[in-house]
Amino acid sequence: MASRGIKDRVAIIGMGCTKFGEHWDKGTEDLLVDAAYQAYESAGVEPKDVDAYWLGTMGSGISGLTLSEPLKIQYKPVTRVENMCATGSEALRQACYAVASGAFDVAMAIGVEKLKDSGYSGLVINNPPNDGTQGSMTAPASFSLLAPAYFKKYGLDPDKGKDVLTRIAWKNHKNGAKNPKAQFQKEVSLEAIKNSPKIADPLGIMDCSGVSDGSAAAIVVRAEDAHKYCKNPIYIKALSFIAGPAEGPLSPEYDFTTFTEVVASAKDAYAQAGITNPREQISMAEVHDCFTPTELVLYEDFGFSPRGTAWQDVLDGFFDLEGKLPVNPDGGLKSFGHPIGASGLRMMYEMWLQLRGEAGPRQIKNPKVGLTHNLGGAPGRCVSFVSVVGSQVG
Amino acid sequence: MPVMAGIVSYGSYVPYRRLKRSAIAAVLGTPAGKGERAIASFDEDSVSMAVEAVRDALKAAPPGNVQALIFATTTPPYAEKLNAAVIGAAALLPAEIRASDMTGSVRAGLSALLQGADAIGGGAKRALVAIGDCRLAAPEGKAEQTTGDGAVAFVLGAEGVIAEIEASASLTREFLDSWRAQGERFSHSWEERFTLTQAHSPLLGAVIKNVLAKAKIAPGDLSKVILDAPNVRAADEIARALKIDPAKFSDSFALTVGQTGAAHAGLMLAAALPSAKPGDRILVATVADGADAILLRVTPANAGFKPVHSVGRMIESKGDVSYASYLKWREILPTEPPRRPDPDRPAGPPMMRSEKWKFGFIGSRCTNCGTPQLPPQLVCVKCHQRGKMEPYGFADRTAKIATYAIDRLAYSLNPPTVNVVLDFAGGGRFLCEMTDCEPDKVAIGDEVEMTFRRLFTAAGVNNYFWKARPKR
Repeated sequence: MASRGIKDRVAIIGMGCTKFGEHWDKGTEDLLVDAAYQAYESAGVEPKDVDAYWLGTMGSGISGLTLSEPLKIQYKPVTRVENMCATGSEALRQACYAVASGAFDVAMAIGVEKLKDSGYSGLVINNPPNDGTQGSMTAPASFSLLAPAYFKKYGLDPDKGKDVLTRIAWKNHKNGAKNPKAQFQKEVSLEAIKNSPKIADPLGIMDCSGVSDGSAAAIVVRAEDAHKYCKNPIYIKALSFIAGPAEGPLSPEYDFTTFTEVVASAKDAYAQAGITNPREQISMAEVHDCFTPTELVLYEDFGFSPRGTAWQDVLDGFFDLEGKLPVNPDGGLKSFGHPIGASGLRMMYEMWLQLRGEAGPRQIKNPKVGLTHNLGGAPGRCVSFVSVVGSQVG
Repeated sequence: MPVMAGIVSYGSYVPYRRLKRSAIAAVLGTPAGKGERAIASFDEDSVSMAVEAVRDALKAAPPGNVQALIFATTTPPYAEKLNAAVIGAAALLPAEIRASDMTGSVRAGLSALLQGADAIGGGAKRALVAIGDCRLAAPEGKAEQTTGDGAVAFVLGAEGVIAEIEASASLTREFLDSWRAQGERFSHSWEERFTLTQAHSPLLGAVIKNVLAKAKIAPGDLSKVILDAPNVRAADEIARALKIDPAKFSDSFALTVGQTGAAHAGLMLAAALPSAKPGDRILVATVADGADAILLRVTPANAGFKPVHSVGRMIESKGDVSYASYLKWREILPTEPPRRPDPDRPAGPPMMRSEKWKFGFIGSRCTNCGTPQLPPQLVCVKCHQRGKMEPYGFADRTAKIATYAIDRLAYSLNPPTVNVVLDFAGGGRFLCEMTDCEPDKVAIGDEVEMTFRRLFTAAGVNNYFWKARPKR
């Protein structure tokens, strides 16, 4: 029994990504058709060439019909998947395994979310009938639990801690300002971030990712077939997904300064990809920056920084676009918003651009290995996805 | 010889929040009254407050012997559905009890006490009388100033009695005093001179004479008189007419709590008992559409009984509420709904399955590794063994805050919502809301205790569950 992975057995040969934002003039169908056709064109294939589809959406439709109907997919398997905020990445994982198994030659993973139609602020999740004891913490409040716990554990003065969080948001907006597909394409000053209205202390509104609509898609084939379609495909080195036992809310051992699920999925992914020193070996990462303390804790969970030191790396610019290990070079959830089903594939889209040297003003010098990551749920009770991708086999 | 029923134990509850009468005046431009009144928080009602009083009362008298439960209030959260059943579930009373709600008049409190005594006379081992009221009054009215919120509970029995019921008397008269029609939120009341001179004073005078005659004692034999009347002048008139020393009259908490409806006579009695001496005779009387009077004789066992929270301690443990917040809490001032979906109505079948957890806050403990955990688990969080769990209660355990979140986005009648991660003394971790606190004072390591609250009401279903609060 082991998690063996499928290192270098599957390649991405084409991708598409809509602009993320408030698409008042576009429905779920428009976004899906746009992203899918961008991906077909990117891979140089026709719709008829794709054998199977995995559609990730949390709430913008149920069943494969959500995709097959607008695309007029001709009698092929379409599977709708949901895994909270890792939904888009989960679609990719399933599509990769499908071609790796030999069951299909060409598969598409596509994710979408149309959040702006609800009229509500923030995410809306439909819970099954329940006994009314579950509580109703908002997402920013859930993730804000990390901040006082982290500050206290590492003796960080709350004001200094707030500066660290502020700089994470500042960095992501700075990157997003260089990205024509981002929801927010403007740099935001440290003062504006730090003084933004409080949402869940110490988090202000500028510590939170936005709410947007969007869609992204990838077409995958077995690695040996990749060059039939594409001269510079990118290769899947690792795919790890973990649904945690949700022991954090039950167990006093959990201290709210880590995501144990992320640590476990990172370990699994690194083993699959052969990564032994992530701080040195990873060229860039797209991590789930739903809220600024999340990104801070993730640096340590991924081994990018030793425990208790990520805040110093933040202040030193280690994760800046020009830093040693750029994190969220595309601007992250902070600049893109978080259309749930699309986010994981949007992150992979940045890997696709960067590894192929197509990231324009954001281009990182000669990246070799990239990491993408999503988590869904809350500290202590979440799902985590990690991928490692590279420009070369081996 | 009939069984002599009496009080075996009691508990009282005054909510944490106080509304200063001057704060009402400042907003409405009316003359400022003196003192303050107790305000049930946005997450409390007559049932949840009664549960708090019941929890204290049952600490000295185990719930297993209770065979009758009577809940009295003028403000029942459910118009149809037994409110007492919620109290029974939260207090972990056995299912084999007779339970009823008494309502319709502020006299319901003493009526419930008398009915509980009757149950003991009829052979019940213990009767639990829970009285709670959350008085609602129209802005600018007198009742808004004079009423208050609170609860009290008595365990009655024939053995281990700290105050026995020596005699009682009742009168009932149809009388237009205070009234509220079906569907109305606020009560009306008749002009005061009429009710004082034609109802309150004569009815109280008569009922007190009757009870003293039954016990064959004179007014001078009374050690304490607890008079719960809407008009404070009634007490003066009774004192004069019956030649009772005014010093024997208990404080009616007019300046600190307000008149807590059906609970008030009981609350005053709970305040009087700790200092009562063996042999003391305490008279309790209340008036509304007639009058009830109960004569109690304190026994030597009273000296050994210490209330978990005394009324005095409950009165001292307090924090202010603004008049604007109060108006929002009671939905007297309508507010713009949030741009969020309405909360889901709790569903019947899951509530039935989790009754012990939801109402009684019973988690589980692994018999294999000893780890307490909540909510109750099927597979142990620690040793991962299946099916080794035993019930384990958390309601009476204190906890420390491991971390917390101040949620300004969540919809609440009292923003911001404070969420705390709790580590219970003796083990067990839980994330829940914290209430009755000042958000900017919450800190890691603070000690808290659990309290029974109404989280929200959706589609007419009152969603009761537990929250943390600072220790009172």
